[in-house]
Amino acid sequence: MLRALVTLGAALVIALLFAASGTLRAESELTGSWAALGSEDLAGDTIPVDYTGLPLNEEGRTRALTYSESQLGMIERQCQGWPAFYFVQGPFGLKIWSDTEPVKGKVVSYTIGAWEDRAPMVIWMDGRPHPSKFAEHTRAGFTTGMWEGNTLVASTTHMQAGFIRKTGPPSSDETTMTTRFYRHDDVLTVLAVIEDAVYLAEPQILTRSFQLSATELSPTGPPCITTFEGTVIGASTPHYNPDKNPFVDEMTKKYGVPREAALGYPETLYPEYRLKMRR
Amino acid sequence: MTRRPTAIILVIALLIAAAIVPRVIRAQTPPPAPRAAAPIDLTGYWVAYVTEDWRFRMLVPPRGDYRGVPLNAQGRRVADAWDPMADATPGNQCKPYGAAAIMRVPGRLHITWQDDNTLRVDADAGTQTRLFRFAPAVSTVATRSWQGESTARWDQPNRALTVTTKSLLPGYLRRNGVPYSENTKVTEYFDVAPTPGNGQLLVVTAVVDDPTYLARRFIVSSHFKKERDGSKWSPIPCSARW
Repeated sequence: MLRALVTLGAALVIALLFAASGTLRAESELTGSWAALGSEDLAGDTIPVDYTGLPLNEEGRTRALTYSESQLGMIERQCQGWPAFYFVQGPFGLKIWSDTEPVKGKVVSYTIGAWEDRAPMVIWMDGRPHPSKFAEHTRAGFTTGMWEGNTLVASTTHMQAGFIRKTGPPSSDETTMTTRFYRHDDVLTVLAVIEDAVYLAEPQILTRSFQLSATELSPTGPPCITTFEGTVIGASTPHYNPDKNPFVDEMTKKYGVPREAALGYPETLYPEYRLKMRR
Repeated sequence: MTRRPTAIILVIALLIAAAIVPRVIRAQTPPPAPRAAAPIDLTGYWVAYVTEDWRFRMLVPPRGDYRGVPLNAQGRRVADAWDPMADATPGNQCKPYGAAAIMRVPGRLHITWQDDNTLRVDADAGTQTRLFRFAPAVSTVATRSWQGESTARWDQPNRALTVTTKSLLPGYLRRNGVPYSENTKVTEYFDVAPTPGNGQLLVVTAVVDDPTYLARRFIVSSHFKKERDGSKWSPIPCSARW
């Protein structure tokens, strides 16, 4: 009798699992080649003082205005313009692949390949914790991921201080980024929420869409190799006095952008600012 | 020995029943109305957060500045011939507020359920209303309008809303006369995400197909922050002045 009951119980458990399997959701397939569309923000780094669309705080704005492009002649500063968020901001496509553990085939990590000066990003999916806050910071940072339904959510920390835009608006080494990958048919939309209490008045939010490519994109690297470009180590850092940056009015002169918008004041990111400009 | 075959048969019977019965029950139960079946809550007030394409969205770009939009030769001809004065004439003032562009216009959205089968999206910029119908349209002959006819469906696995819009009047993808035609089809994907401080974001990915003026699909994604209430809601009619 007992054996029959045990058999029946086991059968019920198996049956319930079997029935439930019909409702389990598959995660989106993100691997493959995703072509850049170039339909958003192609500019943004062509004019030295174009901080439109950035919610800078006073510290961030002042620091940005000190930036001189001549800093790229310094070996230790040559790669600052390509932080982890550049895969959302930049003009390049994404090549994404996964690495699996050999026995069960479970995904251990996803990698977004390097592209020219952009470092590769590894998204660890195996539940490992982020390292100590004292651990090394790199340009790519340290990223872990998890699935929320069909959406991959990635969390990046341990990024080196650099730029949030190539023209000098800074990002600190305390910056974090939460990225969501939404796949809809052959379109991949990436949402990035960048938090930096040191230089941003509020989180910077970016969305960028990519299209599944029929032809394979080949990640190219190695990313950002520094080289001597004429500025010797130990030389003074090229910079501007923030009150005397010669490019501060260039967006105003060229496009009629109000100075406070060109300088990344947070209130310029909301619709009412458009009405304010009308008045 | 005689018990074992009985137990095996019982197990097999239970497995089959467990697999079939839920499906039969599901098949006989009418699906819930779209409102009840919503995997995400899109209702409320949302404000555009203009962190991308600021110059193209907050200002009127110069004539012929259509970078980023994959216009074909005919589209470029039309954009290059843009006449700002003509936009001020009656009937033309809403051209930049049509369905292919309204989500890119800086403004606020108020999303509500008009009924169990229709999601209503009001935009204060241009005082426009879009109706996302989950049920098929009654009439097969749609009248063209700025917001066209939209059909919606929940994408349950992705916890998203997919909306397809047709029957549009010709309008502008950007305020400086970058055109889309009446042959345009817009497919939009609506996703939501949490933000720091218990906030919420709405992400709208728009895919614009226009065989008349575009060389390929124009795809942009826009994002909105959820607002606590409608205290900043401020409908403004269509205007040739931006």
